[in-house]
Amino acid sequence: MAPSSTTQKVDAFAMMRQAAAGKKPSAAAEASPPKASGSGSSSKAANSGGPAVAPMFKPKGSGLGAGPKHVADVENQPWVEKYRPKNLEEVSAQDHTVQVLKKTLGNSNLPHMLFYGPPGTGKTSTILALCKQLFGPELFRSRVLELNASDERGISVVRDKIKNFAKTTVTTNHDPNYPAPPFKIIILDEADSMTQDAQSALRRIMESHSRITRFCLICNYVTRIIEPITSRCSKFRFKPLDVSSTELRLKEICLKENVDCPDDALRALIKTSDGDLRRAITYLQSASRLHSATTPPTPLTAISVQEIGGVVPDGVMAELAKALGVESGAEDVEMGEPSGRTVGAFETVQRAVEKVVREGYSATQVLTQLHDLLILDPLVSPRAKAKIALTLGETDKCLTDGADEELQLLNACAKIRKAVSEAA
Amino acid sequence: MSLLVDKWRPKTLDELAYHEDLSERLRALAQTDFPHTLFYGPSGAGKKTRIMCTLKELFGPGVDKLRIEQRTFLTPSKRKIEINVVQSNYHIELTPSDAGNWDRSVVQEVLKDIAQTQQVDLNAKKRFKVVIINEADLLSRDAQSALRRTMEKFTANLRVILCANSTSRIIGPIRSRCLLLRVGAPSEAEICKVLAYAAKKERLSLPEHVATLLARISQGNLRRALLSLEALHTQDPTFKTVSASHSLLTGTKQSASDLDSVPRPDWEKYAGRAAEKILGEQTPERLLEVRGMLYELLVHCIPAPLIISTISKRLMDRVDEEIKADVVYWAAFYEHRLRLGSKPIFHLEAFCARIMSVYKQHLLGIGFD
Ligand SMILES: Nc1ncnc2c1ncn2[C@@H]1O[C@H](COP(=O)(O)OP(=O)(O)OP(=O)(O)O)[C@@H](O)[C@H]1O
Ligand SMILES: [Mg+2]
Repeated sequence: MAPSSTTQKVDAFAMMRQAAAGKKPSAAAEASPPKASGSGSSSKAANSGGPAVAPMFKPKGSGLGAGPKHVADVENQPWVEKYRPKNLEEVSAQDHTVQVLKKTLGNSNLPHMLFYGPPGTGKTSTILALCKQLFGPELFRSRVLELNASDERGISVVRDKIKNFAKTTVTTNHDPNYPAPPFKIIILDEADSMTQDAQSALRRIMESHSRITRFCLICNYVTRIIEPITSRCSKFRFKPLDVSSTELRLKEICLKENVDCPDDALRALIKTSDGDLRRAITYLQSASRLHSATTPPTPLTAISVQEIGGVVPDGVMAELAKALGVESGAEDVEMGEPSGRTVGAFETVQRAVEKVVREGYSATQVLTQLHDLLILDPLVSPRAKAKIALTLGETDKCLTDGADEELQLLNACAKIRKAVSEAA
Repeated sequence: MSLLVDKWRPKTLDELAYHEDLSERLRALAQTDFPHTLFYGPSGAGKKTRIMCTLKELFGPGVDKLRIEQRTFLTPSKRKIEINVVQSNYHIELTPSDAGNWDRSVVQEVLKDIAQTQQVDLNAKKRFKVVIINEADLLSRDAQSALRRTMEKFTANLRVILCANSTSRIIGPIRSRCLLLRVGAPSEAEICKVLAYAAKKERLSLPEHVATLLARISQGNLRRALLSLEALHTQDPTFKTVSASHSLLTGTKQSASDLDSVPRPDWEKYAGRAAEKILGEQTPERLLEVRGMLYELLVHCIPAPLIISTISKRLMDRVDEEIKADVVYWAAFYEHRLRLGSKPIFHLEAFCARIMSVYKQHLLGIGFD
């Protein structure tokens, strides 16, 4: 989003309501042109509609200081935003990247860059922090352009936006506290959702503006970026956060926010968030909300963290494993039948699966946990494990393609049951 | 008369009849600010009702004043698309997947519009507005990507509530930005409780065994249980057609007639008949007949994946233990293909043909792999 357009945001709701008040839907369509195409025109439409209804949401930034206004309160900010690193020092765990980037603060050059890595590892935070440290608040708007997947990124739109942005020359007088090197930075966040065509066009754009601009592309999957682009960039890999960095950061937040988080809960947080610090922080805040709502407030527990993280409880997993013919030392589960009819092996599996699905646990989560449970179980033969691995792989692929969860899970479980019983 | 399902729908977290711990959690979350959330669980578990109750907890009675409007967008290729939105002063609800391939444009346009305007109602209990996105698991990857930065950048103005059947198709970066809230299906006893409550409100006497039977065939889908109650009551006001010794209640082996004698939606009975036809005779002529029935179901807008899963459930109830695993294998196989392919009927028919072959081989006692 171009910074300048925010000030002209128009209340779409009011327009929609006006349109609905008297006119037919087709007229409503004309009264609300998509905002991509128009800038100021739509605000006129809204005003000329008469005083039918007071607007519910007013344009951001309009009427600053005029009358009471909600003030941004830092207190109620989600912690992920509140604790977003403000400078490179604060970025945890990505030591190599941070080290290299810090050097660029000293000299006035910067290569094109490509940041890649799983969600919540600090990619967006790092580039924003770097830009802040390079330019300071004054110059930030004129020197940094952020385009992400929420913007229309067709080739022509991207080309226009970049052209416009790169057009103005960089000024040299600036706040002496910041290095402010003589170039502009264009951040293309979530670049892996750009089409191949847009990427090829981008490559030309990168070349033609390279004197005055540096690009930073950010993505989760580096393989989705075309080679001609990757080869023009210095690549930085963002690793999933290691246990000790996550722990350190979480403890820091607990201290500042006065959260009573015992060790087992902390361990559960680290385990369920799986190297994704954003997730860890979100879980921490949610868990602390729950526990501070009780009277008197209670310390966090591993159980509540797991529930928040969507982990299937051990008891449920043990029951499922038992239905699959794997006895992992769990206590006996009732499989009795009121009529005394014997229940076949398949039906036992079917019921166990049905139960898990009804509880709403996601099939991928169940498979992940089944994997952990079975692959480590010394009583399951290596041959069975090999077959189970095949099944899990196939099923995961089908689920990603959007196949029915219950059918897939049932099929996988039936196959696992067969693999386990054949080997026994 | 409005439907039973809507008439006695709970309006506040206190009125929700089950998952009290979850309600408690939502109440606690609503007290301060509220994170982006993803409600997930099987259909008919009451996700939507719960979301609306949560909204009420967040904003008060103002959220009940709903307006339904149609919005029009221009896609980048200048194509006009229309989509319905439901909104109050505090929230807006949309189903971007209605726009098919253009769901990304819907997300980009609506969300950014809302995200960039502030709440004007100074008396509002919260500073943010809520956007409810239905069928979030049907959003394309592009549409989901378009949500990412918006969810971060505009946290001051905007909370997103996603509603989905499963988290498997929600991309990692979105899951990482949401608090996941699981809404499991209510248990049989809980469904019975809700049915009894609705019956009491409607002043009808509902025998306990009828409630249990309705709960059992609803398979955890509360909406369906309520709809069946209403349908059954219209046909048979005193519920005399439902025997207390029905095989589904006693747990004995079910015959085809048992399975047919319970109140189910017509399409489901019809799909059941198709399954019986497959088991009755395995010939090309019969396949042609079954194909006609499949078409009939498709014409009535029954989603193809649901047809496969319904037919396969019925088959699994009826075939011998030894080949149940094969039935589910092929059902899973063709349902997956169906999602990737473009013509549902091909895969539905292929599934039926395959089952006929498997079943016939089984009857003839021929081994197979
Ligand atoms: N390395 C890190 N150091 C400190 N905080 C971090 C780090 N990584 C993530 N966080 C926390 O997680 C939040 C999200 O991080 P960020 O937006 O940088 O993730 P990302 O890598 O861009 O993820 P995505 O791929 O989902 O866009 C930050 O606001 C911050 O609170
Ligand atoms: Mg990011």
